[in-house]
Amino acid sequence: MAYSKKVMDLYADPKNIGSLDEKDENVGTSIVGAPSCGDVIKLQIKVDENGKISEAKFKTFGCGAAIASSALITDWIKGKSIEEARAIKNRDVAEHLSLPPIKVHCSVLAEEAVNKAIKDYLLKKEKAK
Amino acid sequence: MASKIIYMDYQATTPCDRRVLEAMIPYFCENFGNPHSVIHVMGEQAGEAIERAREQIAELINAPDKKAIIFTSGATESNNLAIQGIARRHKGSGNKIVASAIEHPCILEACHAMKREGLNVVMLPVLENGIVDMDALKREVDGATLVSIMTVNNEIGVIQPIDEISAICREHGALFHTDVSQAVGKIKVDASKIDLMSISGHKIYGPKGVGALYVRTNPPVELEPLFFGGGQERGLRSGTLPTPLCVGLGEACSIAKQEMLSESKRLMEFKNYFVAKILDNLEKTYLNGDKERRIPGCLNFSFDGVEGEAIMLGMRDVCMSSGSACTSASLQSSYVLKAISIRENLAHSSLRIGFGRYTIWEEVEYVSSKIIEIVNRLRAMSPIWEGK
Repeated sequence: MAYSKKVMDLYADPKNIGSLDEKDENVGTSIVGAPSCGDVIKLQIKVDENGKISEAKFKTFGCGAAIASSALITDWIKGKSIEEARAIKNRDVAEHLSLPPIKVHCSVLAEEAVNKAIKDYLLKKEKAK
Repeated sequence: MASKIIYMDYQATTPCDRRVLEAMIPYFCENFGNPHSVIHVMGEQAGEAIERAREQIAELINAPDKKAIIFTSGATESNNLAIQGIARRHKGSGNKIVASAIEHPCILEACHAMKREGLNVVMLPVLENGIVDMDALKREVDGATLVSIMTVNNEIGVIQPIDEISAICREHGALFHTDVSQAVGKIKVDASKIDLMSISGHKIYGPKGVGALYVRTNPPVELEPLFFGGGQERGLRSGTLPTPLCVGLGEACSIAKQEMLSESKRLMEFKNYFVAKILDNLEKTYLNGDKERRIPGCLNFSFDGVEGEAIMLGMRDVCMSSGSACTSASLQSSYVLKAISIRENLAHSSLRIGFGRYTIWEEVEYVSSKIIEIVNRLRAMSPIWEGK
């Protein structure tokens, strides 16, 4: 597998591994993928009072590309507003990591994880009103 | 240690033994004669070398007649010649081929091709230990022209009960073919009880690009050739034989025969150490395939909660393989692991480790420790391992 140095570096030393308190009203959680498909990403964001993503954590079951994509996207969304985070597309991740075509679906999963975590956060806020 | 590459993928291929290479070299530039030009001395020398190689192969597989050995380009060709050759020759009588679901793709695809030509193809299930369902075989063998079941599986290393299968086939008048690519030179194989047997050179420290098909001569098994030409190899495989490759295959067989016992003893020690260490140190980790009926040089584990490619990425200095979808071009996980009914995520979590002639203790110790380290690291970041 011809992975770029960026993928290998993120695999070897992934940032943002971990979990946030799922019950915290400022935390949004998503789980995407399926064990039977070989990829599962759990991604969590914490949004501060200014509407900015202050923390982003992930846990990933999957190949090097899945791990690197989750590590990268959590890094990118930190400090961003929800709208800015939503604007990050899978192809940005795939391009940045020079993912081989067969691994592009890993970046799709990472994008999906971010959007679902945001949705979860917004839903929580909606319910709290 | 870390800077050196460790090879533990002996089921994919083996390095060519230097003794094999040395035996081959004279047949490239010096004794280059066409082995079929029997009229002059150069051809005669090459022809004799080929006949010696045929004998060496026959000795290793206990073939009653060395003329039963047909040289091919490898096990893929041997397997295709067996399946297609028998199916086409016996068209009209029986028209049924039975094979196990965990055969090598070249058998499965050849069977599918015959199905497209109108033959009835039956795939036998295997039990959870990887052994062919013998009840299914007994049900399906009736009316079968050919039964094809590999002696040792390339992914899980499980050994099939070949004597029993052969007896059932004989009883029901079905021809029996077995692919021994992963078995020959590692365990005793006995062609005297088999109708057709496929061998590969590069799985037994011989060169790539050569193999053989044993085709019983007494009473003769008849089959159609795959292609036509000068009628070499009893008309079953036309084309000038590659003398150096044939000599290499012969030499590889001869060395395997001499060293099989001592080598399998050594590999058994590696296997016992490796399996115990992995299973003692990692929970929810499984050795795939029968625990006892397997060759020692092929281990296949599933590590719950982590993905196979991710494990391999953590140890780029070690060559191994995985049944995970991520390591295959098709993004499908291993059909062999699916056939033994393990949960699909455990197929993605699989790793095959192969030991062979050049594996040393130091490597076995290093790789087992490294796997434990990487699996623990990946489990700590796995969402499906959480709470397990």
